[in-house]
Amino acid sequence: MAAGFKTVEPLEYYRRFLKENCRPDGRELGEFRTTTVNIGSIGTADGSSLVKLGNTTVICGIKAEFGAPPTDAPDKGYVVPNVDLSPLCSWRFRSGPPGEEAQVASQFIADVIENSQVIQKEDLCISPGKLAWVLYCDLICLNHDGNILDACTFALLAALKNVQLPEVTINEETALAEVNLKKKSYLNIRTHPVATSFAVFDDTLLIVDPTEEEENLATGTLTVVMDEEGKLCCLHKPGGSGLTGAKLQDCMSRAVTRHKEVKKLMDEVFKSMKPK
Amino acid sequence: MEGVMQTETKIRAESGIESGPRGSGCSLRNFACEQNLLSRPDGSASFLQGDTSVLAGVYGPAEVKVSKEIFNKATLEVTLRPKIGLPGVAEKSRERLIRNTCEAVVLGALHPRTSITVVLQVVSDAGSLLACCLNAACMALVDAGVPMRALFCGVTCALDSDGTLLLDPTAKQEKEARAVLTFALDSVERKLLMSTTKGLYSDAELQQCLAAAQAASQHVFRFYRESLQRRYSKS
Repeated sequence: MAAGFKTVEPLEYYRRFLKENCRPDGRELGEFRTTTVNIGSIGTADGSSLVKLGNTTVICGIKAEFGAPPTDAPDKGYVVPNVDLSPLCSWRFRSGPPGEEAQVASQFIADVIENSQVIQKEDLCISPGKLAWVLYCDLICLNHDGNILDACTFALLAALKNVQLPEVTINEETALAEVNLKKKSYLNIRTHPVATSFAVFDDTLLIVDPTEEEENLATGTLTVVMDEEGKLCCLHKPGGSGLTGAKLQDCMSRAVTRHKEVKKLMDEVFKSMKPK
Repeated sequence: MEGVMQTETKIRAESGIESGPRGSGCSLRNFACEQNLLSRPDGSASFLQGDTSVLAGVYGPAEVKVSKEIFNKATLEVTLRPKIGLPGVAEKSRERLIRNTCEAVVLGALHPRTSITVVLQVVSDAGSLLACCLNAACMALVDAGVPMRALFCGVTCALDSDGTLLLDPTAKQEKEARAVLTFALDSVERKLLMSTTKGLYSDAELQQCLAAAQAASQHVFRFYRESLQRRYSKS
């Protein structure tokens, strides 16, 4: 009976739950799904992580390669993110060139890396003007159940913390780079940007961490990326219903608590990793 | 009806420049808007903000491909073409922002199973490009007669290293700023429709920028109203 109602009138079905201040999966309006993170699972990558936000699963693999630094910034390296939304994760995507959602997500991740200064690009430079590291970050979504941006940001951060770069010295005589694979060091992660996404319903209600059904029924979405000092790296609101300043304030406070939760989880995971 | 109306309004709102670290000098650059300048699209507009200029054309409500049609409302499509080069990932991201903003205000339910296409061409970019695109899109939608529940406008704020707020920054000011925030506000209650930001800033600064953008949007909406009044009073 409920399943029939849900198919015919999904919005009305949803509103019945919202009136009681909860959601069909039993969560409260401000509650996140269970977050799990697993790092270093990909042996061939220099850094990797797997993040599950409820059913949404994103895996991030980072490969470091050599490249020439850009001519206008000879002391900087590159960080190249790419989000891949394949038909595996959802029926909405077709195989072929990246669709709009994948491109928007890739641009969002690139903006977060740029704005939050999570790593200093100068740290990636080996020899100014000649050689620098290029970090290719591939984020592959294995299961799309909403809130892809939060999962991707978390996966990227965890993978970056897991990256170990070998020491490189430039041999003066031959001018070739010599890589010492035995001596590896972690990247210097300066800030920890954490994304919190909200969905707006009926122009008034804000719910946190929407699932895919909720995203389809919502009238707008909002993603806030915050670092540990409470500074905002990104306020991404791609259209949708209007929000007042007061509502934004509520979102900010929820983002602050979410940041603490995520940071705690990450610290636990990294502490439990055995040092190599 | 060929109304090629050129309306130029010089809008400056100076709320006083204080010398403290939170001084804010608010002044928008000169803007100008020209409507109905292209004969083929159903609606067109060219919006100029200082030296930044964007040309917008709207086709709609028109026929939609069966794969893209939505049974109960109109399908909105936005194409943004940069001045030089081919459109890339950044353009796709901006198209999504503009499209979602338009979807929030256009009454798509009145034209189900149709498509409304907005095409934007960047003519010159001298800072505050996204805001100029939003303004041009709004004027073009009005010119095409697409039913909307409100008008919207784009406002850009830049925060420099000592926290001074600058509205409608030029390209040079944007590069030197610590953070650049672009907002789209609606005309009925000045609610925030769209926001995209670059750089690091605090929560208090966000609220400050939002308040300044809401004040500045008054001027933009007044300009829209005057230019439309002038255009329709002549005919």
